[in-house]
Amino acid sequence: MTASTSPDDAQSLVDYLLRLGDTTLVLSHRLSEWVGAAPTLEEEIALANVALDLLGQAQPLLARAGEVEGLGRDADGLAYLRDAWDYRNLLLVEQPNGDFAHTMLRQFLFDSYAVELWSRLATSTDATLAGIAGKAVKESAYHVGHSGEWVIRLGDGTTESARRTRDAVADLWEFTGELFATDAVDEAIAASGVAPLASELEPAWRDRVDAVFADAGLEVPTRQWMQSGGKQGRHTEHLGHVLAEMQFLPRAYPGSTW
Amino acid sequence: MTADPTTTPAREAAAWRVLETVPDPEIPVVSVVDLGIARAVEVDSSGEQVTVVITPTYSGCPAMRMIEDDIRTALGAEFAAVEVRTVLTPAWTTDWMSEQGRAALRAYGIAPPEPPDPQLSAPGGRRSLPVLGTGRPAACPQCGSASTERVSEFGSTACKALYRCLSCREPFDYFKCH
Repeated sequence: MTASTSPDDAQSLVDYLLRLGDTTLVLSHRLSEWVGAAPTLEEEIALANVALDLLGQAQPLLARAGEVEGLGRDADGLAYLRDAWDYRNLLLVEQPNGDFAHTMLRQFLFDSYAVELWSRLATSTDATLAGIAGKAVKESAYHVGHSGEWVIRLGDGTTESARRTRDAVADLWEFTGELFATDAVDEAIAASGVAPLASELEPAWRDRVDAVFADAGLEVPTRQWMQSGGKQGRHTEHLGHVLAEMQFLPRAYPGSTW
Repeated sequence: MTADPTTTPAREAAAWRVLETVPDPEIPVVSVVDLGIARAVEVDSSGEQVTVVITPTYSGCPAMRMIEDDIRTALGAEFAAVEVRTVLTPAWTTDWMSEQGRAALRAYGIAPPEPPDPQLSAPGGRRSLPVLGTGRPAACPQCGSASTERVSEFGSTACKALYRCLSCREPFDYFKCH
């Protein structure tokens, strides 16, 4: 920390780090569910690689959250021993994989957001966060090239792949508003120079989504109503299932090492 | 070497020599020095305590823990106390790879990283996507042909992509420019 922080500021920073750390962790887990089930070997390796990058981002983010929180919880403690209502990830990333079109669209919507966020966080006043972002921005730029290409290929592909991609847009669009929704935590964190306001990322995100959707022959939904709550711990029922699987081992065998 | 081997600079040079023998666990022909993973070495005034600063290649690189352990083991033979410190800034870049490392990769069958050509458009020529800033191989490491094509952006490890040579038809790994 570069400046002295009040307890409120510290709590905002913890909340913010948990939002980022939980989002990357949950999406990493979702992608890893494809291992052994992906449509081609190259895609399986790609999904596992992206999952690994995201897991590598989550680890130091959660470690930093635990450090600022000061309750002695490390990254594993936060990942494995919190329940769904204590998770702060975006609703978008906990949505089920569905078919390959759903997974790639979800990934593209997230990657387009992540690349904007990390590029701004690279100048964060929090040195740890800036360091994590400096690495993550390169990874996200690579990911968005991959997921974006797939959205175009699937949307502009066969009748069947186009239908599935349109269905994915219809299912997932309502979770994109939360990416840019700003609450008291976002405001506090932006005021201290730790992060940009979430709403500032939307124009650049929207530009990329518009351009890729245009190439893919997909329509950007005009519907305005958006689902939110993940950043405050109010999740869809899907997160509990993710955690049940992810946390089973450390819950069943506390403190086990191998 | 006529200098006193117990001075701090001499002990640091000794530590670097040891590090040059510590291979990357995934690509054993290059050392952690060649790859630019080992960033700095400090030896205290006693000459017995060494601190090595390392930086991860990719956020989730599963080899990092093993690299740490390997460094500790290797330096432990020559120093009483070894500390390995991981730093994230400045972020690792393939620019830090040594010429020796690049040559070793090539000999091993992996095309070394090349800076991206700003003139190249995104794969498939799609205007809406960012150019993947990871370059492309200069030549096939098997036969030297410049005629290659990408099979997959993702390869056997986070740092590599999969290519195929259009001349000798052999597949090969490309170390992504990062």
